[in-house]
Amino acid sequence: MLDPFVIGGITLSSRLFIGTGKYSRNTLIPEVVASSGSQVITVALRRVDPESRDNIVSHIPPHMTLLPNTSGARTAGEAVRIARLARAAGLGNWVKIEVINDQKYLLPDNLETIRATEILAAEGFVVLPYMSPDLSAAIRMKEAGAAAIMPLGSPIGSNRGLRTKELLRILISEVDLPVIVDAGIGRPSEAAEAMELGASAVLLNTAIATARDPLLMAEAFREAVSSGRKAYLAGLGPVEETAVASSPLTGFLK
Amino acid sequence: MSFYESLARLEQLPYESLWQQFQVEDVKRALCKDRLEESDLLALLSPAAEPCLEEIARRAQRLTRTHFGHVMQLFTPMYLADFCVNHCTYCSFSSIYDFPRKRLTPEEVRQEAVAIASTGLRHLLVLTGESRSESPASYVKECVEILHEYFPSVSIEVNPLSTAEYRELREAGVDGLTLYQEVYHQETYRKLHVKGPKRVFRNRLDAPERGCQAGFRSVNIGALLGMYDWRQEAFMTAMHARYLQDKYPECEIGLSAPRFRPYLGEFNPNSDVTDRALVQIILAYRLFLPRSGITLSTREPAPLRNHLIHLGITKMSAGVSTEVGGHSQDGGTPQFEISDERSVEEITDMLKANGLQPVFKDWDLLRLQA
Ligand code: SF4
Repeated sequence: MLDPFVIGGITLSSRLFIGTGKYSRNTLIPEVVASSGSQVITVALRRVDPESRDNIVSHIPPHMTLLPNTSGARTAGEAVRIARLARAAGLGNWVKIEVINDQKYLLPDNLETIRATEILAAEGFVVLPYMSPDLSAAIRMKEAGAAAIMPLGSPIGSNRGLRTKELLRILISEVDLPVIVDAGIGRPSEAAEAMELGASAVLLNTAIATARDPLLMAEAFREAVSSGRKAYLAGLGPVEETAVASSPLTGFLK
Repeated sequence: MSFYESLARLEQLPYESLWQQFQVEDVKRALCKDRLEESDLLALLSPAAEPCLEEIARRAQRLTRTHFGHVMQLFTPMYLADFCVNHCTYCSFSSIYDFPRKRLTPEEVRQEAVAIASTGLRHLLVLTGESRSESPASYVKECVEILHEYFPSVSIEVNPLSTAEYRELREAGVDGLTLYQEVYHQETYRKLHVKGPKRVFRNRLDAPERGCQAGFRSVNIGALLGMYDWRQEAFMTAMHARYLQDKYPECEIGLSAPRFRPYLGEFNPNSDVTDRALVQIILAYRLFLPRSGITLSTREPAPLRNHLIHLGITKMSAGVSTEVGGHSQDGGTPQFEISDERSVEEITDMLKANGLQPVFKDWDLLRLQA
């Protein structure tokens, strides 16, 4: 099925983005990449140590698009510096903005995120902001130059699934940007659900990294994401009442 | 408002009867909750939790793996100076002991840094005895500036400082503060701290909060277990952590559970913290504060450390010396005896064999780049 997904000028055939953060060994990364079929992988710049014998980036297969994230940033200014450092370190020009001020639940700070998006998009980065699903914030991110938005399904690492489903539904229908559901997806069925809803892609880390068999789980997610996408394309996605443009029943009232 | 006010209330609780009052059902209820309350924490620390330890451990492990994954951050302490003006009855650096004291010169700091960095470690905790004249904040600052060339992350464990001093150190590149209250029970605190400025309980108690205000990225607290009733001490520690976490959500609040260790003197603690008790404490910390880092030091023996890594611990020290200059020269007096003498490589191998990834670098200070 031809259903290319273009982001930042790159055409992706996989709509599953994965993470690098929680594996029991870095050597699992290439194996998970292969099983998941993923083409985009996030890496926390704070974890990158070019001088280390076990540098995380050296485990990422070269065909992957790197999505360095700004985890650890507490302000827009810090996120901007991390992004610039990542680009200077040769990690490419994609960046996932993560500005988090709340260490209890790790919820993103949308306002600071919008500020960072604006600065980095102007510098030519492909900016993917991680956000709390809020419509006006999403619109401002688009205006600020985001290439996609990454709303959370539920708090990071919680594996609680799509607790923000109603808000995601609104973002998907109202914001003219790819919506990549990030954080909270714990099961393949939830990834499928996000895709059925019309999300452009999903990003996962914990669910694969902490599974008993991460490779089998990666494969399960690959299939779930692809099934969910097919269902959406087939028209099984949510039928929006507001999507009916003209009402045939009252059409005679001119 | 400071934690001192909360402490005043918590001190009034009837602990003796409280510990007996909890039932297994209270523990099971706590196990099902998302956000635990004060009474759940008490239940988890009470004798009623003992028969449920395995069940609690399973939940603690699940929480740790979802929030932190299969990784373990490694760091090592580096002692800069052993001058101390206090007399704490449990420590070899106490001013009453007569041994040649020293303080590393910038050159020696560099030598130590090179020796430690060659093991692969990138996170460092620098320590001093408590002496404002021999190892003032300005000295620590000079050392940190050197150390930053080798370590992306440097934390400090020094005498309590003012907010302004903490801020100055943060600006010089320190990103974390560790400060143990040692003992929360005030009467015992007075008994154990015989002489010196450390006697001022409240100055110490409020210091982690000053660290949060100064903007440190992480603040780590703990009680030295074994000095007073461990249940009550662990309870106070966790409540202190919760207080800081609620008030300073931008700061990562971490916990340590150090047990008393042999040192130069004769003092023997009056409360016996068994391995079982230590496990119960760590598990209660994890359930009460699911996102907090929990540090395990080399005070604990290797075989026990090998088990504890599965129960909620997220940071471990490795390749440790508790002597000033102990990584690149001999002859210092250790602050206390360590139990786990394994090298960084041995710890790394052990973690890998247990399905965990040792993480050497998990932070990078951004002050250098515009
Ligand atoms: S515990 Fe600290 S303050 Fe007390 S004697 Fe030892 S070094 Fe000095």
